[in-house]
Amino acid sequence: MQLVVNIIVLAAIYALIACGYVLIYRVSRVLNLAHGELMMLGAYLLLTTGSLFTGHPVVAVAAALLLSILVGACVYVFLMRKMTGEMVLAAVLTTIALGILLRGVMVLIWSAQQQYPAQALGVTNPAIALWGGARISTWSALLIVVTAAVYGGLFVFLRFGRWGIRMRAAGQNPLLAAQRGVNLHGVYALAWSLSTFTGGLAGMLISLDSGLTGTMVIIGLKAFPAALVGGLDSLVGALVGSLIIATTEVLLIYYVNPLLADVVPFLVLIAMLMVRPWGLFGTPEELDRV
Amino acid sequence: MFRPPPRASGYFRTDYRQDVLLVETRLQRSSLAILALCIFVFPFLASPFQLDIACQILLAAVGALSLMLLTGYAGQISLGHAGLLAAGAFTAGILFKEAGASFWVTLPASAVVGALLGVVFGLPSLRLRGLYLAVSTLALHFVVIYLGGEYEATRGFSTGIVIEPPQIAGFSLTDPRAWYFVLLTAAAASLMICINLLRSRTGRAWGAIRAHETVAEALGINVAGFKLLAFVTSSAITAVAGALFAYYRGFVSVEAFSLYLTINYVAMIIIGGMGSLLGALLGAVFVTVFPYLTEAALLSLPGAQGYAGEIFAMNYAAFGLVMIFFLVFEPLGLVGIWRRIQNYFLLWPFRHRPVEGARR
Repeated sequence: MQLVVNIIVLAAIYALIACGYVLIYRVSRVLNLAHGELMMLGAYLLLTTGSLFTGHPVVAVAAALLLSILVGACVYVFLMRKMTGEMVLAAVLTTIALGILLRGVMVLIWSAQQQYPAQALGVTNPAIALWGGARISTWSALLIVVTAAVYGGLFVFLRFGRWGIRMRAAGQNPLLAAQRGVNLHGVYALAWSLSTFTGGLAGMLISLDSGLTGTMVIIGLKAFPAALVGGLDSLVGALVGSLIIATTEVLLIYYVNPLLADVVPFLVLIAMLMVRPWGLFGTPEELDRV
Repeated sequence: MFRPPPRASGYFRTDYRQDVLLVETRLQRSSLAILALCIFVFPFLASPFQLDIACQILLAAVGALSLMLLTGYAGQISLGHAGLLAAGAFTAGILFKEAGASFWVTLPASAVVGALLGVVFGLPSLRLRGLYLAVSTLALHFVVIYLGGEYEATRGFSTGIVIEPPQIAGFSLTDPRAWYFVLLTAAAASLMICINLLRSRTGRAWGAIRAHETVAEALGINVAGFKLLAFVTSSAITAVAGALFAYYRGFVSVEAFSLYLTINYVAMIIIGGMGSLLGALLGAVFVTVFPYLTEAALLSLPGAQGYAGEIFAMNYAAFGLVMIFFLVFEPLGLVGIWRRIQNYFLLWPFRHRPVEGARR
């Protein structure tokens, strides 16, 4: 039973992070390899706002979320905007470089030590007993709820929202969308800020649950196979992919070898790329050349 | 490889043999001689610290050249470079530890392992392109690192494998100067391999594949074969670089082959300039020297002791900034700057090349 709970928690973590990759890729065909760092930045922002608004956890979280939305918009406006229309590789490398820059800056500002935003916020993390003797921490439970809410919200937004429809249009055919009066830069900036919003949310919840160190980037990187297995341009795919990756990871760690933890997502990814490169739910596309 | 026409005025090729000459004009010959002299004299003048940096540059040059071959010329993106370096290093380390094999056995062995891994890394390229290929090599990187870590853990070398200095012709290779010349030979050899591969049939096939795969296929190029060949050649050279790295450091551990190392190598070819061997060399120099330069610059600032502990982070951030700068503002890299300077002098007193087909 505990195993099932672990799988669901891990899948929720991966899914919440993976939807950030999917949002940006779907709209602008850019793979954001700085997502792990942006996610960590969200967690560190919570640390700061938490010490600013001691005793008001809700205010602190809201402020940190607002800030991470702002960061996402800034990343697009000041950096990625210049890379639109460039080679795919150049855009990807720019995000990698951004990741390196962010990591350095984060260590400079917040130091590399393990920190606990939960302490700064003054909140506790009691375990909830579930049926069958399984236990789940409050924040993990909240993470599952938030993931469900984010996916529900995104689904409704992309299906019915005015800007959501514009985002889909820009993803499908940027030229045509621009000719129909869609503000492409606005749409891309929105995609980036939504992505850092969900990423930041994931980072905050993970850090509230288990503290905050530089290793969080690895979680972000491991969520990326989840997005790819499901199909980089499909939100449903990200959800299913996360479930697949999390299940294999937890089961293999439990039954085979704990050292496998960091490599399992990538093994699944290789298998998937061999069989169906565009993922389970992705649309087959003419893959770009260098 | 596309051979530009000779740049010196008054020099014309009058013989087919002149087409294969690497050094054509007197200026090239003399500047090359001066460069060679500088390179040979350097280890006798440099301090041990400078010599160490030079050795690192030479090691990086081998790796950067092989990555340039793959990405810059054959057009196959790879984010698994550190994995291949690790494979070479671990082959050398494992053979040394388990069988006590000598330098002359481990080096070819790591080349073979690298070539085999090249097939594995290259197989996805037959189906995937661009981004997806990069991702698959990234995934393979993690697999190789996992295997290395697994070996370390099961054999009880959890901190890493210690390798003794290699024996060459009865001498134990411990002197930094000797190392400098060994690495120089390796770098020069890989440079020659790259130059000659690129101006032969293979290099032209790679260029065609990079430009347009379908057209290359239509021209009768065996696309799958040449793609695999690109991966195999590049990986074999990379693995040798990894083995040399292991011997030079005297120590192998998976921690040394993180994703950051891959990014370092990719940065070398980006900063140096895509599609140019000179670019790979310049990039190797730049990326290797850069952290030392920023560190020296930071330490020379007043109040350096106050933030001595944060220099690593500052280095990191500065490296990211420089990479962004090159990607956004100077996509042609250092080679682009170098060509611009060259053209300035070649065209002087004019500023632009004459328009093609204009009336003379």
